[in-house]
Amino acid sequence: MSQKNPEKLIDKNGIRMDGRKLDEVRPPKIEVGVLGNADGSAYIEQGKNKILAAVYGPKELHPKHLAFPDRALLHCRYHMAPFSVEERKSPIPSRREIELSKVIREALEPSVFVEYYPRTSVDIFIEVLQADGGTRCAGITVASLALADAGIPMRDLVAACAAGKVEGKLVLDLTDTEDKAGEADLPIALMPNLNAITLLQMDGQLTPDEFEQAVNLALNGCKQVYALQKETLKTKYVTVKEEGEE
Amino acid sequence: MTSTMVARVERKRIAQLVSHGKRLDGRGPTDYRELQLEVGVIERAEGSARVRLGKSEVMVGIKIETGEPFSDVPNEGVLTVNAELVPLASPTFEPGPPNEDSIELARIVDRGIRESKAIDLPKLCVVPRKKVFVVFVDIYVLNHDGNLIDASAIASLAALINTKMFNYEVEEGEIKKKPGYTQLPIKNHPIAVTFAKIDGTLITDPWLEEEHVMDARLTMTTGKDGKICAIQKGGYGYFTVQQILEAAKIAKEKGEELRKLVVKG
Repeated sequence: MSQKNPEKLIDKNGIRMDGRKLDEVRPPKIEVGVLGNADGSAYIEQGKNKILAAVYGPKELHPKHLAFPDRALLHCRYHMAPFSVEERKSPIPSRREIELSKVIREALEPSVFVEYYPRTSVDIFIEVLQADGGTRCAGITVASLALADAGIPMRDLVAACAAGKVEGKLVLDLTDTEDKAGEADLPIALMPNLNAITLLQMDGQLTPDEFEQAVNLALNGCKQVYALQKETLKTKYVTVKEEGEE
Repeated sequence: MTSTMVARVERKRIAQLVSHGKRLDGRGPTDYRELQLEVGVIERAEGSARVRLGKSEVMVGIKIETGEPFSDVPNEGVLTVNAELVPLASPTFEPGPPNEDSIELARIVDRGIRESKAIDLPKLCVVPRKKVFVVFVDIYVLNHDGNLIDASAIASLAALINTKMFNYEVEEGEIKKKPGYTQLPIKNHPIAVTFAKIDGTLITDPWLEEEHVMDARLTMTTGKDGKICAIQKGGYGYFTVQQILEAAKIAKEKGEELRKLVVKG
């Protein structure tokens, strides 16, 4: 279908190339506790996105002078595997990855009770194994679960989702193709229980009205993702409990 | 970061003032500091500007060279934005390769210029797929007293408007200079407006003391048509939807005000 008419991303019935409606997220498949060494870990598949997150800590910080006397230092690395995109990406962190590492850290930090662990560090590693648009959002979603899996006290989970504008229409959770051809991209991260937006970025062009609609659309997406995050944690918790009882 | 302890006391004072719509330096919540703008300050650069926003000071130089286009946009010129937090600008800036702060600064300014289509990049194509003009926007922070983002964005826009390119003709794929200069083709005038959130209240153009104690930062860039073209949240705090929508409104109004100061005539 897409082959015949590749320049059309949304058909006349408002259905997108992957069969989704405009306000539908790609249903994520999430697993927690997937890595042996990490204190917490999680894995997400959303569309063609495949992302691993691991958390180490709270642990002693080296060098010590970087430590905060009143809270833990959150360290975050967002990194893309060389084979994660069409054209091989150099494994050296790009400017984009350095910026994303910063905004992702700032999206997650409001959720963590960093004041419980002064002088320590919590390391969050996000590895994008395959990228298909919206990796920063999926990365935040999965890293938040890895933090929970590590047993780090949190105010809420952070769920993230992007809205955008494609072919004149506002859409939720853009794929790579939609993002590249689209007119705007607006990733948002939310702590749903606290109604706190912890990441907000935008590029493209939106009128103030479109912006307001897109924000609400993205927030809805976050809430859908949030429901799945909680489901995943509960499932895992229940299984562990049953194993313990046997 | 070094002043976490001082910040506690300072924070209380600033937050109290802000909650009453006041600020340490006497400004109102959405007032900007005095903006001074000079253009054409570096003769060797194709375009340049020096901006003073209160005591924050930023210089931007534009250099234009020829290079290869990106393969996905073979008929367009290339825009490159880089920011240097020069050590002479602050005791907290250290020499070395760009850190995450300077990379973020450059990328916020870049996004505003790129997404608003401020530069008419298709006009900077010399030979499709082979040779295009590359516009280097180099942001040089000279004194850090807060809100480097807006100061840098204003200086970059002013420098781009100030930029002149030599006239040329293309002969067998090679550029031949002709006498005279033309303006760099500019289509839009993006203006960044940065907010600090302190105890639930938004203020614009935070200076250094306010940046030290703010919970979170939000930059919204609007074009001359009033459309939002770039946003960046920073800092360890969060925003509510209401705060974001309020910020979008103020960013548009303030953007228009500032644009008049930067774009004359």
